[in-house]
Amino acid sequence: MPPAVRFANVSRHFGPVRAVDGVTLDIAEGEFFAMLGPSGSGKTTCLRLIAGFEQPDEGHIEIFGETAEGVPPYKRDVNTVFQDYALFPHLTVGENVAYGLKIKGVGKAEREHKARDALAMVKLTGFEDRRPVQLSGGQRQRVALARALVNGPKVLLLDEPLGALDLKLRQQMQEELKALQDELGITFVFVTHDQGEALSMADRVAIFNEGRIVQVGAPTEVYEKPRSCFVADFVGSSNLLSPAIAASHGGDAKWTSLRPEKIGVFPIETPVKPMQVHVDGEIKMVGYHGSVTRFSVEAEGVRLAAEVPAEEEVRFDQGDRVRLIWPKSAMVALEDTK
Amino acid sequence: MSQAAATAERDGIFDRLSDLFVTRPKLLTFLLLLPPLLWIGIVYVGSLFALLLQSFYSLDDFSGLVVHQFTLSTYAQLFEEANLQIILRTVLMATFVTITCAIIAFPIAYYAARYARGWTKALFYLAVMMPLWSSYLVKIYAWKLILAKEGIITWLAQALHLTWPLNEILALPVIGGPSLSFSYIGTYLVFVYIWIPYMILPIQAALERVPVNYIEASADLGAEPRQTFWTVIFPLALPGIIAGSIFTFSLTLGDYIVPTIVGNSRLMIGQAVYTLQGTAGNIPLAAVFTVVPMVIMAFYLWMAKRMGAFDVL
Repeated sequence: MPPAVRFANVSRHFGPVRAVDGVTLDIAEGEFFAMLGPSGSGKTTCLRLIAGFEQPDEGHIEIFGETAEGVPPYKRDVNTVFQDYALFPHLTVGENVAYGLKIKGVGKAEREHKARDALAMVKLTGFEDRRPVQLSGGQRQRVALARALVNGPKVLLLDEPLGALDLKLRQQMQEELKALQDELGITFVFVTHDQGEALSMADRVAIFNEGRIVQVGAPTEVYEKPRSCFVADFVGSSNLLSPAIAASHGGDAKWTSLRPEKIGVFPIETPVKPMQVHVDGEIKMVGYHGSVTRFSVEAEGVRLAAEVPAEEEVRFDQGDRVRLIWPKSAMVALEDTK
Repeated sequence: MSQAAATAERDGIFDRLSDLFVTRPKLLTFLLLLPPLLWIGIVYVGSLFALLLQSFYSLDDFSGLVVHQFTLSTYAQLFEEANLQIILRTVLMATFVTITCAIIAFPIAYYAARYARGWTKALFYLAVMMPLWSSYLVKIYAWKLILAKEGIITWLAQALHLTWPLNEILALPVIGGPSLSFSYIGTYLVFVYIWIPYMILPIQAALERVPVNYIEASADLGAEPRQTFWTVIFPLALPGIIAGSIFTFSLTLGDYIVPTIVGNSRLMIGQAVYTLQGTAGNIPLAAVFTVVPMVIMAFYLWMAKRMGAFDVL
């Protein structure tokens, strides 16, 4: 079975800017795939290449085994949920959702029926006659979703679909999107700059930087085993240890990632077990984040961030001398050579 | 201490005024709106009201004096054959001029809104606005020369051995004439030229507000470019087209200079008003003729609203 989407060494240039630079990628059918990266990293251009709004300058794209180059967007079995939803302001919600069906020549009764079902699926029953301007951001997002899904696409593309929503709504929509994808079994390709969103929703994540994919893998894989400083720092946060520091604390002589939540904060003189690494230092800053408390500790000339769950009683203040302890296995050697 | 010093420094009359306006924004709005409201209320609406009043008076045929007595007899005169002809002629001219302007203006406006950036955009504005900087009369006389029998068009037709199609066109009944500058075709061409900026700019403004991702969304949902044009771009540009057509239509309805200089001797509404209030001294009938374009425009806007042209606004 061919992959839902296949990129073979695809590049897209805008003048001197290599927006997408030699991307090779397979997205399996039924996968919830996230493209994660900072702005300008090429993830959105990749999405637009799948949708057909951009054509590759080099390389080859296949959608379900069929060549996609030269095929205009209106001849592709993919639909997009746009970042700012792009709902047509001159049409009602019902007409927006039924738009694709109307274009395909589906009869009025049938498309109204399907539009109603699609709106019910996104929990907007009874909103058919409203105008997009009368809806809240979250409701517009749902309409955009219904408008794309009603066409029965083989691949659904989502361009930062939750970016404009507030935190509560975003968390709720994340769950709903995930549930919807499970239910429909359609391939979802999801672009986001929010690593939390990518990790919590996707089956696999591709991390983009400067037009290239720097790592692809399951969320746990990219989080636990980042291959480069960029990934270690962009996905979650990380203490990056230089080769010399890593080597002197039981690691390899390579750039090394150490997650703040792997570091425990203890009083000086706490005994250290085998396979554990410790370093003594002084607390420079304490940050209270509700569920966790974050310490910034200066030890042996290096600043280390440590994150401690809130239920553990916090006994330390700024200026206290503490012992930081972490398991050796928490140190992940990276491939960077700089 | 420091607070007292801060207030003391702000004791000037202007400081107090700005404090007053900032704390009472409605007062500022009222003061700002007062002069224009007075202007519109007294000068504009007032004169319109005076005009309306005049239209309900009549002219004593014997003495040539205006009879200041309420009557609808002047309105009845509108339905005389000759006057109906004037109205029909003007409305037809305005209709054709408006449709032509819309067809020519749309691609220009679309290019300007979608593709022109930087210096091409500056060039666009220059090209559209520059004709408006020169005198209206100069432009019309220039056109009279261009369209005259000895003018550049005749010369060009001769040079290209295309005199016969020009003569064929001039030989057309009603719209033809002895030369382009003495025919409805000439009047029509000059009207289209003169009013086209008023059509381009509103359409361009409307199209500027159509983000590219509406067009992408439409293509994404399966619409070919032609379908996207008619289902997304055109409906969203419609308020602009209507706004532009209000200009071109009403300006053509009321103009008397263009048909006087370029055209045959048959009157349009503007010329009728000019003649009636001037040489004929028939102010009531002139007023009635002035009411005609107002009624037509009101009807036109009402129809446009009913057809949903303003739903997007």
